Amino acid sequence: MAITSPETYWWKPADKEERLWITIAIVWCLILFTMMPLWHIVGGQNPSLEPLKIRPTDYQKVSDAFIEKYKIGEEAGIPVVKPPDGADVYLRGQMWNWIPILELKKGVNYKFHISSVDLMHGFSLMPLVMNFQIVPGQDNILNLTPTSSGTFHIICNEFCGINHHTMVGKIIVKD
Amino acid sequence: MAANALEFRTCPITGKKVYATTQNLIWINAVTSVVFLLVGGLAALLVLLTRWPAVHLLSADLFYRILTLHPIAALVAWIIFFEVAGLYFGCSVLLNSRIAAPKVAWLAYFLMLIGAAIVAVQILIGNADVMFTSYIPLQASPLYYLGVILFAVGALTACGIFFGTLAIAKAEKTYEGSLPLVTFGLSAAAIIAVFTLASGAIIYIPTFLWSIGIIKNIDPAMYRLIFWAFGHSSQQINVTAMVSVWYLLAVLTVGAKPVNEKICRSAFVLYILFINMASEHHLLTDPTLSPAHKIANTSYFIYMAALASMIHALAIPMTVEVAQRKKGYTKGAFEWLTKAPWGEPGFPALILSLLIFGFIGGITGIVNGTEQLSIKSHNTWAMTGHFHGTVVGGTTLAFMGLTYYVIPLIFRRELIGKKLATLQPYIYGIGLIIFTLSMIASGTLGVPRRHWDITFADSIIPFSFDPTAILFVTLTALGGLLAIIGGAIFVGVAVLSVFFGRKMAPSEAKLL
Ligand code: HEM
Ligand SMILES: [Cu+2]
Ligand SMILES: [Cu+2]
Repeated sequence: MAITSPETYWWKPADKEERLWITIAIVWCLILFTMMPLWHIVGGQNPSLEPLKIRPTDYQKVSDAFIEKYKIGEEAGIPVVKPPDGADVYLRGQMWNWIPILELKKGVNYKFHISSVDLMHGFSLMPLVMNFQIVPGQDNILNLTPTSSGTFHIICNEFCGINHHTMVGKIIVKD
Repeated sequence: MAANALEFRTCPITGKKVYATTQNLIWINAVTSVVFLLVGGLAALLVLLTRWPAVHLLSADLFYRILTLHPIAALVAWIIFFEVAGLYFGCSVLLNSRIAAPKVAWLAYFLMLIGAAIVAVQILIGNADVMFTSYIPLQASPLYYLGVILFAVGALTACGIFFGTLAIAKAEKTYEGSLPLVTFGLSAAAIIAVFTLASGAIIYIPTFLWSIGIIKNIDPAMYRLIFWAFGHSSQQINVTAMVSVWYLLAVLTVGAKPVNEKICRSAFVLYILFINMASEHHLLTDPTLSPAHKIANTSYFIYMAALASMIHALAIPMTVEVAQRKKGYTKGAFEWLTKAPWGEPGFPALILSLLIFGFIGGITGIVNGTEQLSIKSHNTWAMTGHFHGTVVGGTTLAFMGLTYYVIPLIFRRELIGKKLATLQPYIYGIGLIIFTLSMIASGTLGVPRRHWDITFADSIIPFSFDPTAILFVTLTALGGLLAIIGGAIFVGVAVLSVFFGRKMAPSEAKLL
């Protein structure tokens, strides 16, 4: 019994069923193991490939400059920014907004730099449900190509203080 | 408490020597764990009723506060106090040995108790609205971190008592040959615990110093990495302890005997070697680690640990089947299962725990732990659903089932409310199945975790979920309520039986 010492020598070979099961399990593990690297080659969606540190104060400066340069208007007090095709895009998480509101073009590739200037935030793109952890001091670099037009929202899904649940951002994709 | 270190009784059911010092230590740790489960359960109720949009019970600040308390009480205190009781049972009772340094074991208990109490009070008075992950730069009061450190030191001391007792049992030859499988599994859990608590020290001590201003800066990305080396590994202690409890429940309910000890033990060794490595799957969507790093850590290593779980997933039903067939239940392919003791609490607890852990917690764990799929579930309720499958449906349910046997075996009290106790695993298990599956479905539709208001009523940019998501949140709430009823029955039966159950005569060999 499992609560007493084994009565006999217990280093015994596995029998047929056990070996079969373990073999199946190992094969399954190997398949899963190859999927992750493989997806980097065949797949279209991968997390950030290039980890990069950036000081929150520096990030604030670059992102302010980005906003100033390409600002086309304002909505509810938040700047609306339309970057040129293929530009580097800065999206800043700060208590409790995603700044700025972005206007992008369908089918164009943008290099996103998402970071935070205060606490952790959770970038959650709706309704696609794509989520990334946004860490102050780290630049989350993602190559994004909008493949359909419409309005998308970014909610925050990492606790970032008392108004965390009000943190919503917006991306408008035009044809 | 003042029992003579060498006083023991012989268990009329198992023939094991139960030392009075050990018995007292198991009693205090187990009773404390159930009290914390009660606190955690009340917190769960409040959090659940707030996340249910139709009720939306607590205010935002109270919600985040109680949401910090819930995992501290349930995940940390309930589970770890119970595991300490389990460790003492595994080393002392199962090996017929006196326990090493009982006074130090009491010290360990008080360190854990004081630590947990400080943490709970700091949270409740509003000094630590930081979630149990306390991601820097969110800051709690120094006392909060100090409480966690005290608790961890206590738990580490308890592991020391466990290893000390193994050494005494070996030196005094209280058993012959190899360790019993359950003790072997618990040793694996204790070894993992030592690694884990070391990572805990590496992260909580600097954080404490930061909270009192001695250290100026801690890198938030680094914090997340080391926090999860601690936070994830703790879950692996729970898995390993739970699997040991499964083997124990199989003995207590059908008298099962491991079919191949070598295979079971090798699987535990795989846990020790590989399971801690997978902690980085918490950082799959973080911009901190390179893809190569993530792939090695969360793919290569985790599947070696998953392999171990697959082995136990075969070995446990197999021991049950073999034991049942020996009793003569040999008709057809499944008589062994249909004639199993479904009418006593340990068996449904074992089977439901195995099924919920494997099919809900385990499968979603492997899915969420895939680099690219993590993008779909990170920080959503799919995650919360996943770990309620592992640590609640799996570990908590298994521990509940075991409690019904610990009460007569170790505390020598007859259960009060056996019928309710038998129904309890079904109610809790079915509630959790509804709860976790709906939670995962909500998360798949994007419902965030740790969120006070998914209607976004106070946002400057309006946003709303589609009604299907809200429907699944409602189902989550209903399943959760059922599970909470199951939890309440457990606490009721356990507390009443421990304090008011009929005292059993020394020679009474009745289990249930
Ligand atoms: C039947 C009982 C339970 C119910 C109904 C329940 C319900 C919940 C709910 C609604 C949340 C909040 C989700 C959110 O806002 O994101 C939550 C979080 C959590 N629960 Fe439970 N829970 C139960 C039991 C447990 C137990 C026994 C444990 C541990 C052993 C546990 C561990 C956790 C953890 C770790 C979190 C995450 C908190 C966070 O995101 O910081 N729960 N639970
Ligand atoms: Cu945020
Ligand atoms: Cu937030």
